[in-house]
Amino acid sequence: MAEQSLGAATGLDTFKIEWCQVVGKAKETPDTYTLRLRPRQRSEISHNPGQFNMLYAYGVGEVPISISGALSDGQTLEHTVRAVGPVTKALASARIGSNLGLRGPFGRGWPLREAEGQDVIIVGGGIGLAPLRPAIQHIIKNRERYGKFYVLYGARTPADLLYKRDLRVWRGRLDTQLLVTVDRGDEKWRGYIGVVTTLFRHLRLEPNSTYAYVCGPEIMMKFTVQELKNQGLPDERIFISMERNMKCGVGICGHCQFGPFFICKDGPVFSLSEVSNFFGRREV
Amino acid sequence: MGEFRDQSDYYLLDPPHIDELISVLRGLGYSVIGPIVREGAIVYDEIESASQLPVGLRDRQRPGYYRLEERGDKAFFGFVVGPHSWKRFLYPPRFKLFTVSRKGEVTTHNVGGKKMAFIGVRGCELAAIQVLDKVLMGGPYVDPVYSTMRRDLFIVAVNCTEPGENCFCLSVGTGPEVGSGYDLSLTEVVGDGIHYFVAKVGSSAGKSLLERIGVRRATGDEVSEAAARMEKSRTLFRKSLDVTGLKDLLYRNLESPVYAEVAERCLACANCTLVCPTCFCTTVEEVTTLSGNVAERWRRWDSCFNADFSYIHGGPIRSSRLSRYRQWIAHKLATWIDQFGVMGCVGCGRCITWCPVGIDITEEAAKIRQRELEVSAT
Repeated sequence: MAEQSLGAATGLDTFKIEWCQVVGKAKETPDTYTLRLRPRQRSEISHNPGQFNMLYAYGVGEVPISISGALSDGQTLEHTVRAVGPVTKALASARIGSNLGLRGPFGRGWPLREAEGQDVIIVGGGIGLAPLRPAIQHIIKNRERYGKFYVLYGARTPADLLYKRDLRVWRGRLDTQLLVTVDRGDEKWRGYIGVVTTLFRHLRLEPNSTYAYVCGPEIMMKFTVQELKNQGLPDERIFISMERNMKCGVGICGHCQFGPFFICKDGPVFSLSEVSNFFGRREV
Repeated sequence: MGEFRDQSDYYLLDPPHIDELISVLRGLGYSVIGPIVREGAIVYDEIESASQLPVGLRDRQRPGYYRLEERGDKAFFGFVVGPHSWKRFLYPPRFKLFTVSRKGEVTTHNVGGKKMAFIGVRGCELAAIQVLDKVLMGGPYVDPVYSTMRRDLFIVAVNCTEPGENCFCLSVGTGPEVGSGYDLSLTEVVGDGIHYFVAKVGSSAGKSLLERIGVRRATGDEVSEAAARMEKSRTLFRKSLDVTGLKDLLYRNLESPVYAEVAERCLACANCTLVCPTCFCTTVEEVTTLSGNVAERWRRWDSCFNADFSYIHGGPIRSSRLSRYRQWIAHKLATWIDQFGVMGCVGCGRCITWCPVGIDITEEAAKIRQRELEVSAT
């Protein structure tokens, strides 16, 4: 892949973590936090929406976490972490002012340049909205470069919805169609109920001029892809972001293999046409 | 492979010259690594003299079987490959990547030290080193550990005059003669009261080493005898892997019923990946001192047969042995080609020998091919 950024490509520096200060922290749901990290050495940290960093909790370990946003200062990145394992629990409990290690950014992100002049539909499931958020922010910031813009988002319950402030802002925009659904509502929920694919009945996509970016659990992506294909989108313009175990981030530990691909360096974003022999297949 | 054509490149070494070769290399500052016998197997370790070589021994190998026995001669290299590969010296099984203090000071650790000379690298093994070169140095990311260990490497290769029972290098094009990329190659001629080595120069470093030892050029007869031994070697193979359209065959048959059958036998013990000279997967371990003031990160070999290899939140992606065997064989024989332009299998047969239940990669690939034919015939 031509445009990947591997940082320092030689020397043990590739494995050397850079300390970042936690400069902000927001509770998204009972077990999910968004951390703002500012590197202590680099004065600038650029990324492409859809890329990820390896985040390290001192003495506990390192995991890949999508970049879920960037501040306009050019030196602060946001990462949304759901506390489910030892490392993510340690990351999620990091206090403001404390330090976390970072390597990255790694991988190939969403093809935002390629989609210019076209309609874009973004479909997120659960915490899968995190790597899509920088793409949404990019499109909204450069709104004139894109056609119609749809954001579909599904979560289990209203309490599991991420970025509630963003959702309110995006819903208020006349140039963005945001549809949110939950599997189970609560007494206050007045929106859609059902899995995210049920939202497609409200849409009529232009199959020849629409790009789709999808991220969520694999089963959710599988059914979303089916809906997009039903609407006539070709595989070349459906993009998914894949998740696998990762240890190195640079394509040599072997853990993230998905067919012939290394998700860390060839992905995590793939067009469906690239991975059609493997996507949706059990235990690949 | 065009061996033995231009006779001017060939030199003659007598058995005592091998010892000289080792001591000259040591004198030049090399750590010399070669085959030795340990715990009933031929493994690789640092050697100081030719007397440590497994002189007069042969390895009997079958699926799931390895025994050493006397050859009845004084051959220096009368065996094939054992459980070790050169990978362990170029890409150590455990390596400390860095130390980090609680205050955030990160220290990386120095790689290497002494330059290395490998004695007795076979054709399949030289090919395996070249595969690892592509994996660990051929992309945008260059592994600092491997590339440092690989630098200044001196390779004394050995042609296999007697392939082992599990060898199939001939069918995958990596042996029994060594390809290019060595400093010196040796063909051992032993028997009927004669014992010598025909050496071929592969680099200027190789040539100057021979000049230091002071050996003569080989005669035409000596070179012909070595060539005849290699010609005969090619007729002794018992195993082969049909590589015709192999990548596409495996891509077409990801749901082959053969995988369910092999999963009945496979123990997911990871032996095949640990003895494989090209398997490169690693994981990292975090190690902290009792005081908690210092943490270390170690990289160590891992295997796609381990359950936690593919673990993500919720469980492993590949929970069944079927899927892990499929990942391994499809990587070796198919996806590797798309990743690095070469097959990940060099035909050394180690995975067959060291599999506790004797699963044979050449047989499994043949079964997948056969099953596809049967299905399309019905």
